[in-house]
Amino acid sequence: MEALVALRQGSGQASPHWVKERREAAAKRFAEVGYPTTRQEDWRFTNIAPIADAQFAPALGSFAQAQSLIASVSVPGAVRLAIVNGQFAAGLSDLGALPKGVRIAGLRDGARDGTDGLEEHLGKVFDIDAHPFAALNTSLLDDGVAIFVTAGSAVETPIHIVVVTGGDGKAVAAHPRVLIVAGANSQVRVAQSFIGTPGAEYFNNAVAEVVVGEGANVTLYTDQRESERAFHLANIQAHVSAKGVFESHAFSTGARIQRHDIGIALKGEGADCTMNGVYLADGERLLDTHTSLDHAMPHCTSHEVYKGILAGKAKAVFNGRIIVRLDAQKTDAKQTNRALLLSDDCTINSNPQLEIFADDVKCTHGAAVGQLDEEALFYLQARGLTRLEARDMLLHAFAGEVMQGLKIPALREQIEANFYTALARDVALQPLP
Amino acid sequence: MLQVKNLKVRVEDREILKGINLTVNKGEVHAIMGPNGSGKSTFARALSGHPGYEVTEGEVLYNGQDLLDMDPDERAREGVFMAFQYPVEIPGVNNAYFLKAALNAKRKQAGVDELDAIDFMKLVKEKLKLLHVDDSLLQRSVNEGFSGGEKKRNEIFHMAVLEPTLALLDETDSGLDIDALRVVSEGVNAMRSPDRAFIVVTHYQRLLNYIVPDFVHVLSDGKIVRSGGRELALELEEKGYAGQTAAGARK
Repeated sequence: MEALVALRQGSGQASPHWVKERREAAAKRFAEVGYPTTRQEDWRFTNIAPIADAQFAPALGSFAQAQSLIASVSVPGAVRLAIVNGQFAAGLSDLGALPKGVRIAGLRDGARDGTDGLEEHLGKVFDIDAHPFAALNTSLLDDGVAIFVTAGSAVETPIHIVVVTGGDGKAVAAHPRVLIVAGANSQVRVAQSFIGTPGAEYFNNAVAEVVVGEGANVTLYTDQRESERAFHLANIQAHVSAKGVFESHAFSTGARIQRHDIGIALKGEGADCTMNGVYLADGERLLDTHTSLDHAMPHCTSHEVYKGILAGKAKAVFNGRIIVRLDAQKTDAKQTNRALLLSDDCTINSNPQLEIFADDVKCTHGAAVGQLDEEALFYLQARGLTRLEARDMLLHAFAGEVMQGLKIPALREQIEANFYTALARDVALQPLP
Repeated sequence: MLQVKNLKVRVEDREILKGINLTVNKGEVHAIMGPNGSGKSTFARALSGHPGYEVTEGEVLYNGQDLLDMDPDERAREGVFMAFQYPVEIPGVNNAYFLKAALNAKRKQAGVDELDAIDFMKLVKEKLKLLHVDDSLLQRSVNEGFSGGEKKRNEIFHMAVLEPTLALLDETDSGLDIDALRVVSEGVNAMRSPDRAFIVVTHYQRLLNYIVPDFVHVLSDGKIVRSGGRELALELEEKGYAGQTAAGARK
């Protein structure tokens, strides 16, 4: 904690007044609430004491492995924005393919230079009171990237944010920040890859804010493949205006403790969103996903599918909140959460949380937790596949539903390869069903 | 090809098959008939190696090999095929992709080159035509959302592609309307050959109007109580299963 405060004091001397104000308000808030504990409903199953108790050094600047880590997740044809230990690294970025209609700014430079739209949106998309770690991130607000898409621009080129964290032996803490603002009727696809020094312990506390303008279409892919000893917190909050479309697809294979808070507020009529994810955990890792869908206006639709595969002594938490406000008539919301437990020792706490205040709505949810279907395994086997091959095929099919959301072939290839390699490794250690 | 000797099978704590003896030669079609609960489907499933069916006694030789010692997938790769009574829906597994994997598993076992995507599709198109199966079935998930008739056709389609040596049809006629029954039967008949044998499990003689068996066996209370030619099926149609019990047969 002291180290984090030291970081704040040591950085951003040249920040404009509004940045300082937002930092201070967040710092005040975080000082009031502190780290969450398992006594709080939202953190009941996720004990973050290992984070609170650890000593992290402020992460400053790049480190030796950063470049090769970035190369390992390269998406050909994409614009690459590198964030190394929380700071925008222009030298490791590749803006060669930057198309028309997109403005990119490093947050620190952008704030100093008065980049248009930054003050208006940064820190405005989420409720600081509801998210202690996002408050912590804001209290240390220093650097990251902002992406602005001009109204009416359909951006074909994917924008790939590579968030690299680690150090040369030290356990570091980083607080990367991303802002995406899509103007009216614009289209853009952004991917965030979280990656770190393999085997390293570090704390990555990321926040992404997304503003989807009227009629705009934004897709955000999040690939979490942090070090298996990392503490990874990511908070993604999106505001979607009328007739806007927002898709979030999250893929998680890494981290010792993951906490994703993904919140989408449908704030205009006729907005539509997809919120999908698939996660894989083994060992004694804990992957927690808290999603929140706020149907604030009428005639909005949402589709949510989360799938988990757990092995070893892994734990998962899924909490899917859907709020349908009084005015949000004709809402159509669907949530599905499924988890496969490959061993007897893994656990999931799955909790759909529907709060419906309007009366003319369609809202469905389903949760299923279990083992692979024995009859399906036998069917495949009875056609000639070995039990291992059959299991593999069923697991791929299980994850495949979410993988299908990856509409950028180069990105899909890379995320699938990572996911299925991790899956094969985890599954190999499990007893045959 | 197949010798079943004194086969006894238990499901959970109940003994269902109480000593089956049956010999099936190459090129033959055997019908296994019997009332509900007589053990006909248990017989087919036990031969396919379903883990829920525990063999407690007896022996099954398949081309001289101990069939009961083989895993279900080994049996399949050695040419045993079961058309399921209730084909399983497998969301997310593409029907064509799965069938190609199954076929290549079998070819690999036989020491034949695996088929690439192009040759596989060529083969598949032929078989689809033969069975009047719509090729949209190919790109759907295995059995997912298929109608009852589509599921059974898909089973026969799999069989046509995998070209088994011994085919077990487990109540393939159940749930089929007369048109689907005809199509499925034509598919089976087209596959009859001197090197292939069929065991057709059915409750109704209706199917046997289309797939004409060489032998008919009546199962009752876990035992074959009567065996005969095709005429036995016709007799059963007329008189029903009453009186075909083990006790009845002794009278």
